[in-house]
Amino acid sequence: MIGEDDVRYVAKLARLRLEQDEVARMTDELAKILAHIDKMSELDTADVRPTAHVLDVVNVTRPDKPRPGLSRVDALRNAPAVNDDCFRVPRMS
Amino acid sequence: MTALDPLRLTARAAKRLLVGGEISSAELAKVYLDQIAAVEARVRAYIRVTYDNAAKYSTKVDREMQAMRGPLAGLPIAIKDNMVTEGVTTTCASKILHDYMPVYTATAVRQVWDDHVVMLGKTNLDEFAMGSSTENSSYQTTRNPWDLATVPGGSSGGSAAAVAAGEALWALGSDTGGSIRQPAALCGIVGMKPTYGAVSRYGLIAFASSLDQIGPLTRSVYDCALLLQHIVGHDVNDATSITLPEPVALPDAQRLDGLRVGIPTEYLSAGIEPGVRARFDETIVRVEELGGRCTEISLPHTEYALPAYYIIAPAEASANLARYDGVRYGYRCADPVDLLDMYERTRGEGFGAEVKRRIMIGTYALSAGYYDAYYGRAQKVRTLVRRDFEQAFADVDLIASPTSPTVAFKAGSRTADPLSMYMCDICTIPVNLAGLPAISIPCGLSDGLPVGFQLIGPAFSENRILQTAHALEGAIGFAPAPTFQDSGAGAAATAQAGGQ
Repeated sequence: MIGEDDVRYVAKLARLRLEQDEVARMTDELAKILAHIDKMSELDTADVRPTAHVLDVVNVTRPDKPRPGLSRVDALRNAPAVNDDCFRVPRMS
Repeated sequence: MTALDPLRLTARAAKRLLVGGEISSAELAKVYLDQIAAVEARVRAYIRVTYDNAAKYSTKVDREMQAMRGPLAGLPIAIKDNMVTEGVTTTCASKILHDYMPVYTATAVRQVWDDHVVMLGKTNLDEFAMGSSTENSSYQTTRNPWDLATVPGGSSGGSAAAVAAGEALWALGSDTGGSIRQPAALCGIVGMKPTYGAVSRYGLIAFASSLDQIGPLTRSVYDCALLLQHIVGHDVNDATSITLPEPVALPDAQRLDGLRVGIPTEYLSAGIEPGVRARFDETIVRVEELGGRCTEISLPHTEYALPAYYIIAPAEASANLARYDGVRYGYRCADPVDLLDMYERTRGEGFGAEVKRRIMIGTYALSAGYYDAYYGRAQKVRTLVRRDFEQAFADVDLIASPTSPTVAFKAGSRTADPLSMYMCDICTIPVNLAGLPAISIPCGLSDGLPVGFQLIGPAFSENRILQTAHALEGAIGFAPAPTFQDSGAGAAATAQAGGQ
């Protein structure tokens, strides 16, 4: 059963700030959703191969030829903060 | 120019008028811009109407008709706002992308632009396409033109409502668990999810990459085929894209002689409204009148499809949405104290409740100690769901079911309970897990609201589905148009009066 501490831990993994009221609501909602999902455990899947891809395609490659990518100007166009043609971010602590 | 009814005009008819010189592209665009002016304040289908583009580009098509003569030239279209469009803001209905200006264009959109369609605007959706009612948009709640108190379905609710309301001739949407078919059903139009890989996902803002697929929302099956013809094809920019073994054909079937149609008993069990069931049963009679043979079949793992989907889709979403970190584009929180604070607050403030919920489920399912129990198991259940379909298609050509267990529901009636919202897609989700093509066509009304009929086929059976749907469409003869009534207006007035 998922609890508030689990929710805080997972939110940390997901880099998602949740307010206290969100933690409480999320704990309640995730518990209900996971209870529904746990229905899967009724099935014996020991000998079933997982589906990685729905169609029979393998090792799709393309010619290894260089082609133009985004220009620096375009890549920076939507950046919230830019410094000397680079993305600017706050310091790490 | 004759007066055109945007509630009924098909792309096929509009094209005939354009080619015959009876209407210009600019006049055709104006039909839709006028309808937008008349009803958009009530329907709210668009996040952004590109008035200037529609006026200028349609005039250009008229002026350069010789050079621009193509199968779609001059036909106006609406695009779901999760496909990037160079030079036109693309929000995915999220605060986190509120002023995002793409520097490239999605392949499917590029293909129709190259065919000289006229873009009318970008339509509303559930944030990041996560939802079944379009109520999860950060901007507005789109309403269903059949009853403005109800939702249009989702997540392509804006595209579906725009077509149903005559605010667009046709539209593009995307379908991860039913997001084209369910809103098409609730809005009384045609919507198709192609085989996984048939349409490039390049430039479709990723939700769940192994499930997402772009497709058409139209007023007829013929239009659906016409639009599909122009968006399919292998794309070097999408490694999962494929070339369909045969080109998409424009349907002309009148009969269904010899067609074997399976009806999965699991899809007709609890939860299907009586009115939906009645219209479905009547449509099955139509199939048989046209020469088809219907038999009951079993897809035994159906009840496990929804649980598997609600691990796989959120797991993929949690990885795909990691890119929204306030560094390269989109929203950034104010005055972050350090990098981690910026990541966490940007995402906490920028994402809505449903998106956060799915990121949390996905992250939980992929986290150490839970991976095998959730994600690993879900991928195995996915195999079982696919196998059910493979075995069924050994005996039948197509599978039929209601698209949605219910007709359009009242806005606000399911938002408090995420699971009740997830149940909307019980008949559509297995199809995405198996990567199959499926269509929804209107098959009648229940309590004045449209009911959708779903046809599912094996991989690459687009033409069989379209031919069958076309013949059925003719037999059903679905004729009503939305009324823009508001069943909530009276109730709201009564409640207000009662409160005083």
